Amino acid sequence: MRASRARYRGVVGFLALLALWEVLPVGGVIPARYFPPLHEVMAAMADNVADRQFWSAVGDTTQSWFIGLVVAFVAAALVGLVLGSVPILWRYVDSTIEFLRPIPSVALIPLAVLMFGIDMKSALLLIVYAAFWQILIQVLYGVKDVDPVALDTARVFGFSRWSQIRHVSWPTALPYVITGFRLGASVALVLAVTAELVIGNPGIGHEIALAESALALPEMYSLVITAGVMGVLINQLTRLVERRALHWHQSVRSEA
Amino acid sequence: MLCVRHLRKVYEASGRSVEAVHDVDFSLRQGELVCVVGPSGAGKTTILRCISGLLTPTSGEVVLDGRRVDGPPEGMAVVFQDYGRSLFPWMKVRQNVELPLREKGLRGPERRRLVDQSLEAVGLAAAANAYPWQLSGGMQQRVAIARAVAYEPEVLLMDEPFASVDAQTRAELEDLVRSLWTRLGVTIVFVTHDIDESVYLGERVIVLSASPTVVMEDVPIDLDAVRDQLTTRSEPRFGQLRTRVYELIQKAKEGGQPASPQLSTPSR
Amino acid sequence: MAGVTNAFQRLTKIFLVPAVLFVAWFASSRDSTSFFFPPLRKILEAFADTWFSDRWSADIVPSLLRLAAGFLIAVALALVIGVPLGHSKRARDYAEPALEFFRAIPPTVMIPVLLVISGVGDTSKVAVIAFGCIWPMLLNTIEGVRSVDSLLKDTCDIYRIHGLTRLRVLTLRAASPQIVTGMRTGLSIAIILMVISEMFASKDGLGFTIIQFQRTFSIPEMWSGILLLGMIGVALSLLMRVFEMVVLRWYEGARERG
Repeated sequence: MRASRARYRGVVGFLALLALWEVLPVGGVIPARYFPPLHEVMAAMADNVADRQFWSAVGDTTQSWFIGLVVAFVAAALVGLVLGSVPILWRYVDSTIEFLRPIPSVALIPLAVLMFGIDMKSALLLIVYAAFWQILIQVLYGVKDVDPVALDTARVFGFSRWSQIRHVSWPTALPYVITGFRLGASVALVLAVTAELVIGNPGIGHEIALAESALALPEMYSLVITAGVMGVLINQLTRLVERRALHWHQSVRSEA
Repeated sequence: MLCVRHLRKVYEASGRSVEAVHDVDFSLRQGELVCVVGPSGAGKTTILRCISGLLTPTSGEVVLDGRRVDGPPEGMAVVFQDYGRSLFPWMKVRQNVELPLREKGLRGPERRRLVDQSLEAVGLAAAANAYPWQLSGGMQQRVAIARAVAYEPEVLLMDEPFASVDAQTRAELEDLVRSLWTRLGVTIVFVTHDIDESVYLGERVIVLSASPTVVMEDVPIDLDAVRDQLTTRSEPRFGQLRTRVYELIQKAKEGGQPASPQLSTPSR
Repeated sequence: MAGVTNAFQRLTKIFLVPAVLFVAWFASSRDSTSFFFPPLRKILEAFADTWFSDRWSADIVPSLLRLAAGFLIAVALALVIGVPLGHSKRARDYAEPALEFFRAIPPTVMIPVLLVISGVGDTSKVAVIAFGCIWPMLLNTIEGVRSVDSLLKDTCDIYRIHGLTRLRVLTLRAASPQIVTGMRTGLSIAIILMVISEMFASKDGLGFTIIQFQRTFSIPEMWSGILLLGMIGVALSLLMRVFEMVVLRWYEGARERG
């Protein structure tokens, strides 16, 4: 009962926001030339949904997001597990990552443009770079969390290195790996859209840039909302994956 | 001075209502040390929270010094069972003890005096500049006691304060409470589930029934005013009183009710 | 004496691998004739030439000032909005879906929006940075305030500590670990927004300068800019770390003891 009341209020709050968006520009409180009222943006959205070019742009963004995410994920998972299994590297890994991580992915934009122009590869360079660090850090948390006693036990029982990883390290690290996947997915979307915005490879970001330079404001806002909706969808999807995968893990996982 | 009149508390949760406390009625005179015991789930903490003003009763009232309690009143201090969570981890011991005094509006030198005094009284003068998490459990509880004492309250409520502490430390802390009480003359309501502790400490022991709670009996403790862990606990009278309280608790656990309507009277 | 050895060890740990990588880069690129990847030596020369000049005041300083302004405004707003929301379940219920949506919008897409609203100048850049990096800080502030230990709240109630004192002594302190984590994330978003907003539409700043280098095929200069951005990212991260250590000194100790 409590939960439905919260949901009800949430809906009310959201609707209130939408109502403000309609009323304020129409009433002249916010200049309508910068901020078209909701119904104009909705109309632009309706046009978009019927427009093949729009869906093609969505497809482009989704494609680079997906490829970049998968590559980053595989790379980070491998690197993370390897680092975790080699004790010597371990001591230096922490501080090094703290050092390398804050280097902004967007610093690579000029290089990407230089090397690949407006091809999808430019976007991929950025997406993979940014998502890789995000996922790697989570994988390392996970590997760090492995109980050394459990590992010792496995070794004493003659488990091979590979077996140790499979039966001890991996199950402990899995929740973190999945969290990393979720965070990486969201970062990947941001970079995908950003790359399109700045570099100009095909996708939602590029469409937004076009709308802005043509001063087609309802169109621009509708695309911004589209990006937001994609973000929300990705968020929900990855949370769902997280819940499903970790549901089986409640017994293994220690108290959060 | 402190009157609990026909206290009743009903909890509403997802459509069901649970009557935790049915009718609890007792009073304390100025300067008394009264213990409250009862079986598990007897609503001891509920009653204490109502007395402290943290919880509003469904009916009945708590009157302190003639004024009805409606939210935490002035001049009341509480020591909780979970000492770890009741001290501020970002403040040192000294600052923790001093905090309520600032709110009281006391000036710097006065505050320092009270803090030094109370830390001295609980034996933690040397730990004043440590952080609470650097201290042991028993020491942390002493800090909470020092904080309550420095506040110079009229009424001190203690909610099973030694339940999470080891037996040896508990004995020390019990003696500490009695010595502070003798020195300061503060009125104390001491809630516990430990029967021995309640008889050792109290001038009276109020025994509660199981939920929905009423007062089973108000047992006067006619032991010496000067008590000692070794001697007092081996006196025959201690054993008798202890047995009496124990019997009452057993009866309460089996769902028994008080033998006759209980009117709680302050001891002579 | 132990302190010095300790510090030295820590520094070695942090800089060893990057130093090794740097030397490897230098050595492997020494005879490079690749267009995209000039020798590191040349990049370093370009670095000295480009940035230790009046670019410092013309580009670097304005960028950093905009970053600071946007970030600090976001921190202030996150606290002002987040604390009341953290206290009131009702308000949270109403606001949450809307907040979740705003947070999901990739912050960089607001750059064109703000460009339209307030032009190419400083205001729109600061606004973009503030609007983009506030979300993690806001959501973390709300969470931090919401999860203040109930026993500490009871203690404040008992000793009648309310209002501003309570805010200062209890709420903000208790929520600070969460808030600071939010600030970390917010800072990295702020840096991204600073760079992108300057690459997209600007007349000065680091992002603008680096893109210009790329467009005019001044490759070593471009790389020097990338290096500079990396260094700024690392330096700010270290600053944040120091801030964290000061504000959360008690937290590290308390957590160790469990």
